[in-house]
Amino acid sequence: MRRYTINMLLALAAVLLVLMAQTNLMDKYALQIVMLIGINCIFATSLNLVNGYMGEFSCGHAGFMCVGAYVGSLLSVAFFSDSALFGQALFGPEWALALFPLVLIGAMIAAAVAGLLVALPSFRTRDDYLAIITIAANYIVISIIENIDAIGGPRGFSGMKKTVNAMADSVNTLLDGFVGFLGFDFVVSDSDYAMSAAVVMLIWTLIGAFICVQVIRRLMTSTYGKSISAICQNEVAAEIMGINTNRAKIMAFMISSGLGGLAGVLYAHVYGYVNAQSFNLLKSTEGLVMVYLGGMGSLSGVLLAAVAFTLLVELLRFVIPWLNTTLHEVNLLPADYQLDQIWTWVIIPLMLILLMQFRPEGFLGNRELTHVFPGLKRWFTLK
Amino acid sequence: MPLLEISGLTQRFGGLQALTDFSCRLEEGELVGLIGPNGAGKTTVFNIVSGFYKPSAGQVVFAGRETNGLKPHRITALGMARTFQNIRLWHDMTVLDNVRLARSAWLGYGLWSAVLRTPGYFRAEKAIEKRARDVLEMMALTHYADEFPKNLPYGLQRRVELARALAGNPRLLLLDEPAAGLNSADADDLIRLIRWLHDEFKLTIWMIEHQMKVVMSLCQRLTVIDFGRVIASGLPQEVRNSPEVIKAYLGDDTL
Ligand SMILES: Nc1ncnc2c1ncn2[C@@H]1O[C@H](COP(=O)(O)OP(=O)(O)OP(=O)(O)O)[C@@H](O)[C@H]1O
Ligand SMILES: [Mg+2]
Repeated sequence: MRRYTINMLLALAAVLLVLMAQTNLMDKYALQIVMLIGINCIFATSLNLVNGYMGEFSCGHAGFMCVGAYVGSLLSVAFFSDSALFGQALFGPEWALALFPLVLIGAMIAAAVAGLLVALPSFRTRDDYLAIITIAANYIVISIIENIDAIGGPRGFSGMKKTVNAMADSVNTLLDGFVGFLGFDFVVSDSDYAMSAAVVMLIWTLIGAFICVQVIRRLMTSTYGKSISAICQNEVAAEIMGINTNRAKIMAFMISSGLGGLAGVLYAHVYGYVNAQSFNLLKSTEGLVMVYLGGMGSLSGVLLAAVAFTLLVELLRFVIPWLNTTLHEVNLLPADYQLDQIWTWVIIPLMLILLMQFRPEGFLGNRELTHVFPGLKRWFTLK
Repeated sequence: MPLLEISGLTQRFGGLQALTDFSCRLEEGELVGLIGPNGAGKTTVFNIVSGFYKPSAGQVVFAGRETNGLKPHRITALGMARTFQNIRLWHDMTVLDNVRLARSAWLGYGLWSAVLRTPGYFRAEKAIEKRARDVLEMMALTHYADEFPKNLPYGLQRRVELARALAGNPRLLLLDEPAAGLNSADADDLIRLIRWLHDEFKLTIWMIEHQMKVVMSLCQRLTVIDFGRVIASGLPQEVRNSPEVIKAYLGDDTL
């Protein structure tokens, strides 16, 4: 019974969110933040697989997000819209809604394959050396993309908005058909109730986040997936007790990077535009902060941290200009110095340093919410 | 055919020759001891046999298969299990999970079954859990199934490690100083336990041990090594009286 409670709760929350967006109770900006939270949940929990459960220190997770974002975007454009790059659409916009999962899957596979870049060296090295390799992988991905002029190079790549709009059109046509079938004389697509492109992406983001969390939860509660934790806790014992450690490492890295790619392709479609520099080391650092904030190896902890962190970063957008004005008013800042968003580059890494210094295991640290609040067990279980 | 046949094993670590031309054979169902002074190379033998080190020369044949070049997990799957001189448990997982994971080589499902939660997954996990609980029961550890090993006293940790090794139904069990750090009463318990395992399951056991009481009361045969070379082997009584052994193993003292 209680196995379903949490899923029903999530489904309810999702429906509520969609309804709020649909009825404009939630404005465009709030909607964007909710989607970003979903994407960050995917990004952080997938990183947690490697950094938390497996105990490696991957610092280049955004590189895989980047691969997912670009490959997904290219597929999306090639499939559903005519473009200078690919010529005529492979399927056409009317297929966008039905075949969007193909775009997601393609992006995940590409990112998972890129994950091999890190998985293979992990057979022989670990710790600092592997961390350096992950940073290198992050840079390699960005440089490669910036050097391919056909996909925009450093200018970035766009065109995914068309796919999202096409999906919204399809949804509204379906709704029209449904309402007509019910016998109402009402055309949804012409009304205020037509589903907007943003809400379509909200739904995809929620689906993506749900799948990501389910995959990780199911994996890490199975004996198969626990071999990843065994490697972290004692690799020699894992090897000797019959665990194929190389296979387990490949699995962990590829699932982690594949899901990172999912975060990327969703990101690309939410904004309708990608640029390789959005996935640089700062983005990777954001992932690290979320993981270490929530607690390595704690799924619920990292999810909470992803929510809190996204809100915090959003808050900084307001706090920094406010600080700038206030500090100028009280003459604490030189008049010709402007405090600007560059400071997020200081604040986020600083958070990471402070966390590692004072609470390296994070708020929950290897425990789940149900361990801290046993009463919650009545409602959900991680089994 | 012997269960384990080792011939001409040599292991160099840089300039150090830890093992020189080591040979030994174990018949099915034997309980054999491997002894020698500190640093003699005993653990090195186990590390090679279990596939953790690649020997510089020589070969190991286990259950009719040459195991040179096989990964440790493949050797485990052939039916070998071991414990470690310094306990190597997964300390942040429950005792039950520790034992469960020792079934990794015979999981019976893969990644997709785990993620999709297929009927096969539930069937396999049920079998794994049953086996793990049976082993815990057998080792009188049921009470500690949900504890973390790091919170258990040392003697119990050793027992958990032994339970984990048994979970895979091994044909050959390698024990690296199972009595190390145990007090006299615990050591007596261990002697009874090992004898029982040997009699009840016809398990072949190869044991490194320093405590003479344990060695003398359990082992049917002994191999003695010093500086990586076999200096004596035979019945415990013969070995005990061999002048070579007395000289090398205990200086000029007697056993
Ligand atoms: N991985 C290694 N690298 C370098 N030298 C090693 C390695 N493993 C073992 N040695 C050396 O090989 C020699 C034999 O070590 P081993 O651990 O096999 O001894 P042992 O007989 O088990 O001793 P003890 O009774 O103290 O456990 C020692 O001199 C040890 O320092
Ligand atoms: Mg030793």
